Amino acid sequence: MQDLANIFIKSIFIDNMVFAYFLGMCSYLAISKTVKTSVGMGFAVIFVVSLTVPLNYIIVNFVLNEGALVWLHPDFHDVDLSFLSFIMFIAVIASMVQLVEMIIEKFSPSLYSSLGIFLPLIAVNCAILGASLFMKERAYNSIVEATVFGFGSGVGWFLAIVGIAAIREKIRYSHVPPALRGLGITFIITGLMGIAFMSFMGIKL
Amino acid sequence: MSKETLFSKKNRLLLTDPLDDNNPVTVQVLGICSALAITVQLKPAVVMALSVLFVLSVANVLVSLLRSFIPSRIRIIVQLVVIATLVILVDEVLKAFVYDVSKELSVFVGLIITNCIIMGRLEAFALANTPWKSFLDGLGNAFGYGWILIAVAFFRELLGSGTLFGYPVLEKIGLYELGYENNGMMILPPMALVTVGVIIWIQRMRNEKLIESN
Repeated sequence: MQDLANIFIKSIFIDNMVFAYFLGMCSYLAISKTVKTSVGMGFAVIFVVSLTVPLNYIIVNFVLNEGALVWLHPDFHDVDLSFLSFIMFIAVIASMVQLVEMIIEKFSPSLYSSLGIFLPLIAVNCAILGASLFMKERAYNSIVEATVFGFGSGVGWFLAIVGIAAIREKIRYSHVPPALRGLGITFIITGLMGIAFMSFMGIKL
Repeated sequence: MSKETLFSKKNRLLLTDPLDDNNPVTVQVLGICSALAITVQLKPAVVMALSVLFVLSVANVLVSLLRSFIPSRIRIIVQLVVIATLVILVDEVLKAFVYDVSKELSVFVGLIITNCIIMGRLEAFALANTPWKSFLDGLGNAFGYGWILIAVAFFRELLGSGTLFGYPVLEKIGLYELGYENNGMMILPPMALVTVGVIIWIQRMRNEKLIESN
């Protein structure tokens, strides 16, 4: 239990997708103009990432890893398909995104129209592929750990985008040097937020 | 319609426009994802820039060749498959020839797949243009991406660890004897963002038509 809590806290604050690894920056910068749309995008990411990470965990451990295919036939003990992991991960993610898109379109047309073209872009949101790749690299022990890690990364990304959206809504009323307006100041604020998040470093439960 | 020469003015513009006016990183806001994390040192940044150069130009040509065969409903998946295949190639080559750099880049090679520059250029350009133009567009955008990457890595490595490509430049000049200290902050992730922010600032001061209205 403590391990799980540790993974959760770590993936939200210390290994934050945006501030520590710069993952998902494209949609982070593009959709963070208002809090409302960024909340929608954040939830979509949490949802997709907590589904795809466990799915990909299963694929890694039962298909791709060396000797993972033994359950099919003992002769497969030296088959190593891990070079296929990129293509498998992205296929799982792309189909999950298609699913989420259809669900949102059905149940919340207003959210669908405000997220607009960015929904398909979740497929190329590096935070999601990144979570799966980190899951593979860090070799979590069980599917529960992997799920907790996926969910935590999603929550971390959600916090980051909602935070920057709130700041950007306020900063519209400030006097920013013309050349820094928009993109430039957003980068610098993200940097400052990253420094703030670094104060969580070393926390252990 | 008169036939265009290979390097007509329009084609040259495809190559030079992304370097400044239409830079993928600082203007189109694409591909920041995998760009920043690997700019602590110059070497991985250069390797990354070359990998993206390869993937982007080849993917652009392939998708442009296939463009009349791809049904538009499933184009994203087709594009992802093309990109993922190329990235797997790059990954295997890196592992074979520069293993230490490939370890350092870790997941970020895989993340070239979701590098929005590639997806964005395929969507916006290769699906509507001929292979040669797409190739030039791919090259141009990859250079535009590459120079930002290398510029950021240059300042972060020089100011953060006082080296360039691992060569201790500042120590040789003798700055440390004058009481100079490395700025450890530059190695940490947040400073990559600030460095890019400053590059954008400088670029937009020189090029006023890029300034946003707020």
